[in-house]
Amino acid sequence: MRPINVTITKMIDESPSTKTFFFDRSFESAIPGQFVMVWIRGVDEIPMTLSYTNAITVQKVGDATSALFELKEGDSLGIRGPIGNGFTLPQKDEKVLLIAGGVGAAPLAPLAEHVANSGTWSNVTTILGARSYNELIFANRFFMTGEIHVTTDDGTQGRRGFVTDVLNDIDILEYDKIYTCGPEIMMARVFEILHKADAHTRAEFSLHRYFKCAIGVCGACCMDPHGLRVCKDGPVFNGELLVDTEFGKYKRGGSGIRGRV
Amino acid sequence: MVTLTGLKLKNPTILAAGIMGTTGASLVRMAKKGVGAVVTKSIGPEPKEGHHNPSMVQLECGFLNAMGLPNPSYKAFLQELEFAKKETSVPVIASIFGGDADDFLKVADGLSPAKPDAFELNVSCPHAQGYGAMIGSDPYVVEEITRAVCDSVDVPVWVKLTPNVTDIASIGEAAERGGADAVVAINTVRAMAIDIATGYPILGNRFGGLSGEAIKPIAVKCVYDLYAALDIPIIGVGGVSKWQDAIEMMMAGASAVQVGSAVFDGIGVFGSIADGIDNYLDKNGHVTIEDIIGLAHEVI
Ligand SMILES: Cc1cc2nc3c(=O)[nH]c(=O)nc-3n(C[C@H](O)[C@H](O)[C@H](O)COP(=O)(O)OP(=O)(O)OC[C@H]3O[C@@H](n4cnc5c(N)ncnc54)[C@H](O)[C@@H]3O)c2cc1C
Ligand SMILES: Cc1cc2nc3c(=O)[nH]c(=O)nc-3n(C[C@H](O)[C@H](O)[C@H](O)COP(=O)(O)O)c2cc1C
Ligand code: FES
Repeated sequence: MRPINVTITKMIDESPSTKTFFFDRSFESAIPGQFVMVWIRGVDEIPMTLSYTNAITVQKVGDATSALFELKEGDSLGIRGPIGNGFTLPQKDEKVLLIAGGVGAAPLAPLAEHVANSGTWSNVTTILGARSYNELIFANRFFMTGEIHVTTDDGTQGRRGFVTDVLNDIDILEYDKIYTCGPEIMMARVFEILHKADAHTRAEFSLHRYFKCAIGVCGACCMDPHGLRVCKDGPVFNGELLVDTEFGKYKRGGSGIRGRV
Repeated sequence: MVTLTGLKLKNPTILAAGIMGTTGASLVRMAKKGVGAVVTKSIGPEPKEGHHNPSMVQLECGFLNAMGLPNPSYKAFLQELEFAKKETSVPVIASIFGGDADDFLKVADGLSPAKPDAFELNVSCPHAQGYGAMIGSDPYVVEEITRAVCDSVDVPVWVKLTPNVTDIASIGEAAERGGADAVVAINTVRAMAIDIATGYPILGNRFGGLSGEAIKPIAVKCVYDLYAALDIPIIGVGGVSKWQDAIEMMMAGASAVQVGSAVFDGIGVFGSIADGIDNYLDKNGHVTIEDIIGLAHEVI
């Protein structure tokens, strides 16, 4: 698939370092958790989850994301996608727990809305964490779809601490499906807790690795020790597939050299 | 079972260089999927991040890529190769590249402790400045590099050729003179795609190499010409995605095939190609693939 051309129609500041970019094209068939490759022409092409069917929500972390932040309404981007396996949607009446850290809220907010719109809204519980109150992403979207627990590292909103503190206090086994996305360190802690409770098999994790081809051919995004491709076999994985893997321990960069998560 | 440059392969399909070959684990995963042998990503003397994305796109007729030879260097790849060797029994071939014979030697020596079953010399990447096809279009350089590696390692050496030359047979002959045990043809074909909404070349590197369906007839002709010119085996690669393609490649002169882009369709593609070859041989009363290798040269 060649990149298709989209025009930025609106930009919203979500936090000091995060912006949502809406475009004039809606990917209605996208399943929450699927991603697109966003081509900032002349700069780079990077993976971004769809935070709405027609938007991406981007945290500024490096060259490509900074270049994206320079763009204005009316500017255009190339988009390939939606790509990859999204979340396994819950069955009707299943109790759903979402655990989101930072910009990891991006794939989970559309999932929350999807579940809410399918008539089981009272059954979505979200634990949303960020460093500080102004870094909380999509708190309102989660609030509108069910129950929400907020944590901030500095205690400026909600409970002071981490999403895992809330997770430790609730009865995990009450939930039929658990979905999480956030910094890998956070997801690894969540994984540990769920694994101990033997609930990891009902949990899905949205992972990040360095993507090159993004279509499952080059092997750049493979994880040890099973060689699963995050771009094609993921980016969403059931916790069962993450037991005794590199997840939470190390990841490879552009050259394939291992580095810290 | 086929024997290729002394290596025993359970079938004549081989994972091509640069496909699912960056980590030991991914090579093992492919080996478990019915591949006869696996080739690693091309490994060089220094770590390289490769070109900016987009580095690979699917076009209407195939795939266009310019990865830029990203690799962790032989030092960091050693553990990946060791893992692959430990976890699978299929032959693991180390693809290596460099700017000159000394680079190639350094990488070959550096990877030798992991005991790769063979080396494949990548003198054919069409889009990495100073590497690959830059040297692979000069027969003297190809001969020199091949000889240097053959003299220093005690496993078979395959040389991978670029189609981006006027006469691929003369480069193949240079590799043969240098002592190559086999040649592999072809690497990708120089190509480019442009985004018509804006005029931007799509690849981060602007241009790159074409693979997949579109290049199969080019590969078949290259294999055909090499078969006529050389005594050593030829491994056919370029646009093979089903057993019919493999048979065609063999009739042109290939002793085995490599498969790259078709992994896009699914990693089980190797098993179905291998089964299809066996069925074809059975149905047509052939005993071994030897019966069809180079058949196109004999019938007329
Ligand atoms: C499936 C998936 C979905 C993602 N969704 C979002 C999202 O919704 N919002 C968001 O803000 N971020 C998301 N990311 C992360 C985002 O892709 C990186 O932050 C972005 O690529 C950084 O590019 P950069 O040039 O600005 O940073 P760099 O300076 O290149 O690097 C900063 C960090 O980003 C990582 N990175 C750089 N290039 C890539 C690449 N090609 N593939 C993967 N990681 C890379 C690096 O490893 C490094 O840790 C997602 C990543 C993946 C794999
Ligand atoms: C993403 C990608 C990466 C590649 N990397 C390498 C490489 O590192 N070394 C090499 O010799 N060939 C490399 N190639 C070329 C392939 O090994 C093969 O020669 C070519 O793709 C043609 O075969 P195909 O049509 O089956 O893909 C690469 C091809 C692709 C598509
Ligand atoms: S990025 Fe190439 S296989 Fe995933």
